[in-house]
Amino acid sequence: MKRLRIFLWVLVAVVGGLFVLFGYQLTQPKDEFIQSAMVGEPLPDFDLRPAIDTMPGLSKADLADGKPRLVNIFASWCLPCRAEAPQLETLRAAGADIVGIAIRDRPEDVAMFLQLYGNPFTAIGADDISQVQLELGSSGVPETFVIDGNGVITYQHIGDIRPEHVQTILYQLREAGA
Amino acid sequence: MIAELGLVALWLCAALAGLQLVAGIAGLQGSAGLAGLAMLARPAALVQALLCALSFGVLLYLFAVTDLSVNLVAMNSHSDKPMIFKLSGSFGNHEGSMLLWVTVMALAGGLIAALERRLPERTMMATLGAQAFVALGFYAFLLLSSNPFERLSPAPAQGNGLNPLLQDIGLAFHPPTLYFGYVGLSVAFSIVVGALLTRQVTPEFARVMRPWILGAWVLLTIGIVAGSYWAYYELGWGGWWFWDPVENAALMPWLAATALLHSASVLASRDALRAWTVLLGVIAFSMSMLGTFLVRSGILTSVHAFAVDPERGSFILALLTIYIGGALVLFALRAGTVAEGERFTVMSREGALVVNNVALSAILGIVLLGTLYPLLTEAFDVRVSVGPPYFNPVSAIFVLPMLVVLAVGPLLHWRRDSFARIRPMFLALVGLGAVVLLGVWLWSGIAILPLLGITLAAMVAVGSLLPLRGRNLRRMPLAVWGMVIAHFGVAVALFGMAADTAYQQERLVAANVGDIIEVGPWTGTLAGVVPVSGPNWQSIEASLAVSYKGGEPIMTHPQARAFWSPPTETSEVALVTRWNGQLYAALGNQAEDGRWQVRLWWKPFVTWIWYGGLLIALGGAIALMGRLSVDLRRRWAQRKIADRKVDQAERAAG
Repeated sequence: MKRLRIFLWVLVAVVGGLFVLFGYQLTQPKDEFIQSAMVGEPLPDFDLRPAIDTMPGLSKADLADGKPRLVNIFASWCLPCRAEAPQLETLRAAGADIVGIAIRDRPEDVAMFLQLYGNPFTAIGADDISQVQLELGSSGVPETFVIDGNGVITYQHIGDIRPEHVQTILYQLREAGA
Repeated sequence: MIAELGLVALWLCAALAGLQLVAGIAGLQGSAGLAGLAMLARPAALVQALLCALSFGVLLYLFAVTDLSVNLVAMNSHSDKPMIFKLSGSFGNHEGSMLLWVTVMALAGGLIAALERRLPERTMMATLGAQAFVALGFYAFLLLSSNPFERLSPAPAQGNGLNPLLQDIGLAFHPPTLYFGYVGLSVAFSIVVGALLTRQVTPEFARVMRPWILGAWVLLTIGIVAGSYWAYYELGWGGWWFWDPVENAALMPWLAATALLHSASVLASRDALRAWTVLLGVIAFSMSMLGTFLVRSGILTSVHAFAVDPERGSFILALLTIYIGGALVLFALRAGTVAEGERFTVMSREGALVVNNVALSAILGIVLLGTLYPLLTEAFDVRVSVGPPYFNPVSAIFVLPMLVVLAVGPLLHWRRDSFARIRPMFLALVGLGAVVLLGVWLWSGIAILPLLGITLAAMVAVGSLLPLRGRNLRRMPLAVWGMVIAHFGVAVALFGMAADTAYQQERLVAANVGDIIEVGPWTGTLAGVVPVSGPNWQSIEASLAVSYKGGEPIMTHPQARAFWSPPTETSEVALVTRWNGQLYAALGNQAEDGRWQVRLWWKPFVTWIWYGGLLIALGGAIALMGRLSVDLRRRWAQRKIADRKVDQAERAAG
């Protein structure tokens, strides 16, 4: 009986703690976007195999050759990635060099995706276990990072790129090159 | 005027609940001076039930005639909607569903007040008081922050309609089914509090509580099965369980109710596990309220988009704190007076049921931790999400041994049994398991979890039927039939889950009209793609002829559908159901070169998951009928005995 009583008081304390936590979280504003802590930091080391046979893969060294680039995190299974395809095309036409990282994908699906929605990329690495994605501080697909010529992340765009975002991203890319 | 009538009825209900609470306390005191007050508890509950039903009837009427001067109707209905969706629209939104909740709660309260005669009078009064106390909180919530009868002035010319995704007959009845289940658990909670207040945790108390738990459990089972099937065919992802917070919110009360059901059985039959049953009674209702809180407050991110409101979240949290915190503190204070109950050995029916209870509680803890963990780490600014890689293997640790015990447990006698007695049956089951395990493994080397799943499904299926051995089937109590059917349903559902996980095949192709697509034993031919339009949507529809192992082709029509008010895209998948599985076809977009994206899945035995779930619910319903009919017969017999006594007394006097 004594043990039961102790157990119950512990339970009351745990439940009370939970309620305090709930109350605290209720008062916190919900932010939908989580900025990566990696902005302003150099890229982590990575070397990804090509996501499809006909294009090169992606490593950290490729992004530190002096030329600023966009890194687009995408997946063939992701619906917003289809929606942002025309904007990536616009960015490419405006002179941006875009490389892709395909998350948890299969070569045939990536090939299909590129065939259906266009291929703005100059290289695509395959990130099968989201490892590079997580190291970049990305919490979902699609996301786009601006990398300066020295392999440092200078800007992060979360979610699909809408037409109104194109100018901002081009500006950030120019800034990274300066 | 009509809407105000509903509102007045609701305020009166709240006042009556206050009266019922006071009368219940007076009855609990038991002093002669307050007897008159205590007598009011039952009538208060009965009138409350009538008034609540009237209030809900008013809301139904307002939706039926589409009275647009009422805010709720204007926001959620439309005069052109079919009548069935007008009516279901009345509880397809927050305010209406809360009104439905309190109505069912009041009806349940009225039912106890009118019919329950087995509890000692003081416990009965305490139960009614506790019930009123819980109801009062919900009335306050409804009247102060979610008034369904609020007027809108000026009245708009037309209503805002209902989300087209929700214009689905299955979905119209999915939330109320879960709510009815939650209310059933609230009644069990009130009875537990009543028994704690009067220190009457007895087998009789468990017998009174049992039908409510059974009913709640059956409805929760149906609700979860229906929700899982809806997600499967409407979301177009081909999965049937996503460990989403909203799914977990429905699963946790079910796990607690399952444990409670079994421990209440032990208490009713053997007067053991008293403290445990009380604790589970509190936990089961806590989980229902926690689920409602998580879903309605928007505190967790989920794929299920609900209209969330932090003020309502705070209100539910306050109720949660008062009821759950209060009940736990009461239990802690009374712990010393809940006697330990009868002893039993490990090798007994009780022993097996304790294993079942511990395993279910552990799974509940795992799901609870996984669901709340992101919330906990977020307080320290660390963002994580918890998914299948955690839930599947960690819950399997407890599910697998529990299933072994499920296969054997019902064979054991109460109180004390010997292993020697069941050894032949046990060895036969183990032998069967070994044969299935080796056979399936050699035939198709599948992953370890589905392999164990299929093995255990076979063992549970046979084990669940063994209690029928050597019994006169026509004279077997309905409750035993219920147990056998429900346990068999577990095996069926488990087999479906394991087979679908291990053997499903998937093809994604870009096809021209005339192309042939093969997946597993199926061959599909894309015969054509045409645009079609409905009353409030447009879609492209494929004609896909599929044939199983070269047999007669069946024409299917998967659609990619776009609604325009509000703009929503849905995937209307085409399903071909066979006894041994389902072909699942979804249509995607068209490429620039004119080819269509077609996705085909062959999902062997996937439908068995839901058949199994329904069998489990059917078993519960049969057990419930069995319990109620036994109770009715006993009452009839008691009345006969009482009549005879009166007769004899009269004859002796005359």
